Amino acid sequence: MNDADRERQSAARAIRVDLQLIADMIEPRTRVLDVGCGDGALLEYLTNFKQVDGRGIELSTAGVNACISRGLSVIQGDADTDLKDYPDGAFDYVILGNTLQAMLAPHEVLGHMMRIGRRAIVSFPNFAFWRVRLYFLFGGRMPISGLMPHHWYDTPNIHLCSIKDFVALCGQMGFRVERGLSLDSTRRARPIGAGFLTANLLGEQAVFLLTK
Amino acid sequence: MRDSAGTMTATTSFNAGQPGDPQAVSRPMPGHQVRLGRATPLRLDCGVELADFAVAYQTYGRLNDARSNAILICHALTGDQYVAAPHPVTGKDGWWHMMVGPGKVLDTDRYFIICPNILGGCMGTIGPKEINPATGKPWGLSFPVISVADMVRAQAMLLDHLGVENLFAVTGGSMGGMQVLEWASLYPQRVFAAVPIATAAHHSAQNIAFHEVGRQAIMADPDWHGGDYQAHGVRPHRGLSVARMAAHITYLSEKALQEKFGRKLQDRAAVSWGFDADFQVESYLRHQGSTFVDRFDANSYLYITRAMDYFDLAKRHGGVLAHAFRGTPTRFCLISFTSDWLYPTGESRKIMHALNAVAANVSFAEIVSDNGHDSFLLDEPEFHRVFEGFLDGAAEHRGLPRKNGR
Repeated sequence: MNDADRERQSAARAIRVDLQLIADMIEPRTRVLDVGCGDGALLEYLTNFKQVDGRGIELSTAGVNACISRGLSVIQGDADTDLKDYPDGAFDYVILGNTLQAMLAPHEVLGHMMRIGRRAIVSFPNFAFWRVRLYFLFGGRMPISGLMPHHWYDTPNIHLCSIKDFVALCGQMGFRVERGLSLDSTRRARPIGAGFLTANLLGEQAVFLLTK
Repeated sequence: MRDSAGTMTATTSFNAGQPGDPQAVSRPMPGHQVRLGRATPLRLDCGVELADFAVAYQTYGRLNDARSNAILICHALTGDQYVAAPHPVTGKDGWWHMMVGPGKVLDTDRYFIICPNILGGCMGTIGPKEINPATGKPWGLSFPVISVADMVRAQAMLLDHLGVENLFAVTGGSMGGMQVLEWASLYPQRVFAAVPIATAAHHSAQNIAFHEVGRQAIMADPDWHGGDYQAHGVRPHRGLSVARMAAHITYLSEKALQEKFGRKLQDRAAVSWGFDADFQVESYLRHQGSTFVDRFDANSYLYITRAMDYFDLAKRHGGVLAHAFRGTPTRFCLISFTSDWLYPTGESRKIMHALNAVAANVSFAEIVSDNGHDSFLLDEPEFHRVFEGFLDGAAEHRGLPRKNGR
């Protein structure tokens, strides 16, 4: 590989830390559905570097058009309503990156993801992160942070949860946590072990790989 | 505009003509024409067999050695094969000249573009105005009723003749999109990528209703003579013009009409208290109607609108649209427009759901536009960007060069 190639590759590789964590969980040459794929950065990365057969769903017109323009297979749709049309087991992985909290019915979306895919990968902001707790405890107002920049009245994040909440829901729905990672405020990833209570306090964001 | 070369031009040309052939078309037109169905006739959905019939078509660009870069363009109700070249009757630019050409979305430097006139049309392919060899008279209403699937089967015969086994892509808007869906359903192995634009998998009651208005207008014209107007040396141009006027309204959005015309008057300061075209919108529609009749045949209009009304892709598959695409290897890109109320986004969404249900490779984009159904014919940069991006991605998967040789 020459310098130009390396440079191009490192530039192409530069995706957000949480997206990189998701990408690292995915086996090469698999079938992947990215729900809420935005402008397609993760899908493009997975297509180029993991040779996946990737599809995306995105709500925003701008996002969809950007994805298709870069050659990705993406449909304009709503995870809350459009996942039901996919057949069982159509994908190896179904990804929901930082979108779970914006769903009308997160448990139903999760159920569809696990029906459509053999595995699901979900990332979300942890509402029990210590800074969020302090913000609410001392500020007495709905927390605003880099990951949750909206006011209570205009936020798309209508179903925020904590790591503890999420793990409980997975248990309730019969999904197994194969891997869990928490990201602290310096974007450093730590595995979420059986004692997820530390992660629940120190993790600003979490990424889970689920199986049935 | 360059034309095909070498082996691809080994077809009968209009200009060359066929001296002494009583079945030759009425007037010479640029492009190619071929007679198909000589060995094996085309069996139509209505049960009739068509043998030895003409299909007219245009090509642009060159077929590569691997024969892997062919794109079929399916035209809409009143379109024709003059997709990029100037129209021989009106002299205007081809109906998709913005899309087809060197460096354009359908890049003739990279792709071999084929656009045939549809079955039932009036620009050189067999249709009701051509001579029925059995009677020596124009077919008129004795022409068999055709379907969208029949149009597609005839196109497949043309591709066989051209030696194009597989299409890199098939695309078209409106009724062209219906043909694209039929292509993907009838010949999935021959279609690598499909781009149905501003279309639907069946005609709604409203779609049928508007078409019926058009047909009744034509048949109410005394010059129609029960479809036998050619024998009387006349054309039902008033009826056809009204049909076009009514249809034209459905191609535009209310907003576009309002912004373009509002209640503005045509070359006058006040209303005339009569039935002249006082309003600009009336004058515009009358113009649309009168220019249309110069280039279109009234009986063709009846037959093609009927084919569209009969179109119902799910019906042939037990009422389940998804079954029309089971196991499809084709990459789809569906495109709709926000202000299109003739084939609204919801119709494309139904197709998308059906394709998702069979885990097909599908992209779907809704383009924001105020130009109504006609958006697919107009300069809509976002539409062109999405279309080109999809084709580029598909080209890479097909092993064809991307734009600028990337």
